[in-house]
Amino acid sequence: MKSKPTMLKILDIVTVLLLLAATTMVFFYAPLEAVMGQVQKVFYFHVAAGWVGMLSFLTAAFVGVMYLVKNDFKWDIVGLAAVEIGMVFAFINIVTGSIWARPIWNTWWTWDPRLTTATIMMLIYAAYLMLRAGIEDPNRRARFGAVYAIIGFLSVPLTFFSARLFRTIHPIVVGTNQPGAQGSFDMTPAMLQTFLFSLLVFTFIFIDLLWHRIRLGRLSSRVEQLKLKSLE
Amino acid sequence: MNGQGKTPDHISQAESIRSAAASKLEANVPSLSPGILKAVWAVVWKDLSAELRGREMLSAMLVFALLVIIIFNFALELDAKTRAAVTSGVLWVTFAFAGTLGLNRSMAMEKDRGCLDGLLLAPVDRSAIYFGKSISNLIFMLIVEAIVLPVYSVLYNTNLFKPGLLLVILLGSVGYIAVGTLLASMAVQTRTRDILLPILLFPVAVPVLIAAVKASSGFLEGIVFPEILPWLNLLIVYDIIFLAVSFMVFDYIVEE
Repeated sequence: MKSKPTMLKILDIVTVLLLLAATTMVFFYAPLEAVMGQVQKVFYFHVAAGWVGMLSFLTAAFVGVMYLVKNDFKWDIVGLAAVEIGMVFAFINIVTGSIWARPIWNTWWTWDPRLTTATIMMLIYAAYLMLRAGIEDPNRRARFGAVYAIIGFLSVPLTFFSARLFRTIHPIVVGTNQPGAQGSFDMTPAMLQTFLFSLLVFTFIFIDLLWHRIRLGRLSSRVEQLKLKSLE
Repeated sequence: MNGQGKTPDHISQAESIRSAAASKLEANVPSLSPGILKAVWAVVWKDLSAELRGREMLSAMLVFALLVIIIFNFALELDAKTRAAVTSGVLWVTFAFAGTLGLNRSMAMEKDRGCLDGLLLAPVDRSAIYFGKSISNLIFMLIVEAIVLPVYSVLYNTNLFKPGLLLVILLGSVGYIAVGTLLASMAVQTRTRDILLPILLFPVAVPVLIAAVKASSGFLEGIVFPEILPWLNLLIVYDIIFLAVSFMVFDYIVEE
């Protein structure tokens, strides 16, 4: 295994600096929201974490297709890396959302389409990890993982759609698109800049983590090969 | 199926699949020819005749389904007022659980006795195996549903035989089985196969279950058709997407 590439070292430093800058912007540049106050500031990283979660799962589905088509092991390593990162950020997304929802909606949790979809999405990828854990043969593990990543990702929009339909027929409406949405607000230019910058920063974090996780994946697959070799 | 006695049947069925495939090769026609239909039919027939002789899976699914309904009766205190609101939910949870049981058994049977290897050796398009297994699983699920519905109607003195509800049950079962057959053939090839299928299947099947429950209760409560239509559309879209995707990826599941 080669030592850490210089590009990755640079990316690490840049990512940390960007994250510091984004945090500074959230607390000192973006104005205080008039109604919600301080708790609204969770919004910037909340949406950014959700964005990284979706990006990760999309990546996993995409490299799943690539693996099935090319049958090249490197895609499997990327797929697993993306799912693990996605799980972490989807979890951050849900937790920060709950922190915001408690004072604004007066509840930690509600069966809103977005919340429902986020939870079921996490369950899908938890199942993905359990599926992989149950298979010893690396080839089969990669194939099954790829197939499940594709199937799971396809069901996510359908879940969202069915959960939204569920709510539009029922009168209880908590969601940003409906007129009864609670806790929505209009962004000032400074808020919008902070928001977009957060998205950019989190995308950097995603790329950086993915790169690290891929290197780790390569190492672990080499360890696995060596183990198999020593058994022969 | 009583163990050893059935093995020759499976072999003879595998032979007929092979001959079906051979006739396809001779004719040198692309897939979805009469050859592949013959192969699909051979797989379906193999499952049906094995089940007819043993009745192992169907009886387990049925008894399990009835037990679930009885448990619900006490868990939810299904008096006349509660019933109207939860009937479709109870029915679909019952179908989903019984379906999982059947799916697991149906694929485990193939794996345990090496029948899957026999099927894979047949020089026929692998999708024939997928469609064959799906159709036989669907038939088993529909049989269970066809028995549960009248039993439920008698037990709770409600009429469940409405054409709309039957359509929803068919559409919902097709979607559930389409993705279930694919995931069951993955689950049986893992170490944790007994527990893995529901964990893999339920989160992916959430849209079909939500849509089926809402559409069923819509028909049971006599809601106007335009309000039920979006749910039916969702069911149809789910069925088409997952049948198509499962058909495309099944090759990779059984590849050795």
